[in-house]
Amino acid sequence: MPDGGDAVEVDGLTKRFGDAEAVRGIEFSVRPGEVFGFLGPNGAGKSTTINMLCTLLRPSGGTARVAGHDVVAERDTVRRNIGLVFQDTTLDGYLTGEQNLRFHAELYGVPRSVTTDRIGQVLEMVGLWDRRRDRVQTFSGGMKRRLEIARGLLHSPRVLFLDEPTVGLDPQTRASIWEYIRQLREAEEITIFMTTHYMDEAEYCDRIAIMDSGRIVALDTPEALKAGVGEDRVRIQTADDRAAIAEIADRFGLEAVMSEGAVTFRVVAGEAFVPRLFAELGVPIRSVSVARPSLDDVFMSFTGSTIRDAEAGAGDHMRVMMRAMRR
Amino acid sequence: MTTRTSAPAPAAGVVRVSVPERSVRHDLRAVRIVLHRELIRFWRDKVRLVSGLVQPVLWLLVMGTGLSNLMASGSGPAGDIDLKTFIFPGVCAMSVMFTAMFSAGSIVWDREFGFLREMLVAPVSRSAIVIGKCIGGAFVATVQGTVIVLLAGLAGVPYDPLLLLELVGLMFLGAFALTGFGVMMAARIRSMQSFFGLMQMAMMPMMFLSGALYPLNGLPTWLSVLTRFNPLTYAVDPLRQAVFRHLDASPALERTFNPGVTWNGWVVPVWLEVVIVVLMGVGLMGVAILEFRRAD
Repeated sequence: MPDGGDAVEVDGLTKRFGDAEAVRGIEFSVRPGEVFGFLGPNGAGKSTTINMLCTLLRPSGGTARVAGHDVVAERDTVRRNIGLVFQDTTLDGYLTGEQNLRFHAELYGVPRSVTTDRIGQVLEMVGLWDRRRDRVQTFSGGMKRRLEIARGLLHSPRVLFLDEPTVGLDPQTRASIWEYIRQLREAEEITIFMTTHYMDEAEYCDRIAIMDSGRIVALDTPEALKAGVGEDRVRIQTADDRAAIAEIADRFGLEAVMSEGAVTFRVVAGEAFVPRLFAELGVPIRSVSVARPSLDDVFMSFTGSTIRDAEAGAGDHMRVMMRAMRR
Repeated sequence: MTTRTSAPAPAAGVVRVSVPERSVRHDLRAVRIVLHRELIRFWRDKVRLVSGLVQPVLWLLVMGTGLSNLMASGSGPAGDIDLKTFIFPGVCAMSVMFTAMFSAGSIVWDREFGFLREMLVAPVSRSAIVIGKCIGGAFVATVQGTVIVLLAGLAGVPYDPLLLLELVGLMFLGAFALTGFGVMMAARIRSMQSFFGLMQMAMMPMMFLSGALYPLNGLPTWLSVLTRFNPLTYAVDPLRQAVFRHLDASPALERTFNPGVTWNGWVVPVWLEVVIVVLMGVGLMGVAILEFRRAD
């Protein structure tokens, strides 16, 4: 950034579609060199936010600066300084990998003298050098995504936006995409701004913002967020689960539920609580496990639902009802 | 960068790119690459190249021969002129029209498959993208039309290099105007199906009202008026005039088969027809650019 300022600076950013408010006055900033994650269920406003930062959508209110430039007033300057990888592929399947990159280089005005070297370099980085002469049609989903990441980097952007970069990919490919992103951070001086609804991926970020219904409900490092939850998750198997739940409520004032075949509840300092549990619970305990809070728990504590339920609630009421009926 | 102040200089071999400010030169590069992509795609798609030939050849050889027969057996004034020769310029125009529309349709395709987004987020002017598309589409259509022109012998049109060049040049201008029309339509349409539906709806009347298949003289007034409002009329007529200039047809035949386009009795000169086509092309492209700008 010219003045060493923030890579992304957002203040009171709002987007309305008709009566619906998709983004409700959010505020945050991303430091240069950071991997910043936007976490939330589908429909939380993540993609709308990223589209405004990428100059694809005009904000209804508030300001956003990317790489030190205003996304509305200095749209072209912002565009020159960002790289984009969208949820849906935006490659031309009829062209080869190399031709897709060359198209991008010309469109972004990359100086001719460095184009070929730079294309070779980004192709190497994502491991597609050997396939450069093949048509993109013949690529697998993971290869396409890698090519898109290479393309997003081609013009050496200051900020790389990745909108759900691993959605729809199998776990192995997801892991390899993350490997590339990590290498990328080593090789290039770049800020990465990404959205995801995979909890495990959010762990890779330096900081994450949790978004729910158009608002940022939490923003911190993954560790701090998890520490902030404070309560560990205790799971026990007992001889009589129903009696155990009732007794836990009576004796300790804790709300326990059946989850995946075990009585589950949250409590501060779980390890220290276990001896008390054994001493005071009338129902015989067969097994016990204590887990530190996960980002899932973080999400739960801020939004009151798991990310999967929140997603189902946003899109598919029927599925929630079905699940409720099965319980 | 706060977090990497101590980071070493970029690893050896890292190529740094600094993208320059936007300039006319940059926009021209964008026009060129959009155009180049059209050519690559056209070349890759051999099926399209071949299928684009089927219809014109059908018109020329099957319809042309069949109708010639009809005229020869009747007492028509066909004389020593082949009806195939008459419809040859029309068939050239039709072939160009279909290819040009197809090229313009690729914008809708690009939108469906996401590639349009890659172009629209680039730091480059929308006009560069639209101009590249229009010139690329016109170029591809002209290549397709040139293949038809090479069949001139089958229609009794002489292989005069000057005539061939003239035909190719005129086809390029017509193709440019038609691509402009197609891109303007494509700017608003989201699905391939509706685009081709609409195109079909627009192209058939344009073809039938253009003088591609029958001379435009002696028509009932309503039909005559309609043909004069059809832009394609002004793209077909110069082609036919060029062909007839290289034949030695009797004045009577010339009057019947190459009457030119008249406005209330006044014969519109070829240069004016060409100007009309070019202006229309530029105008339609202008509207297309405005539409893409507004879509922001």
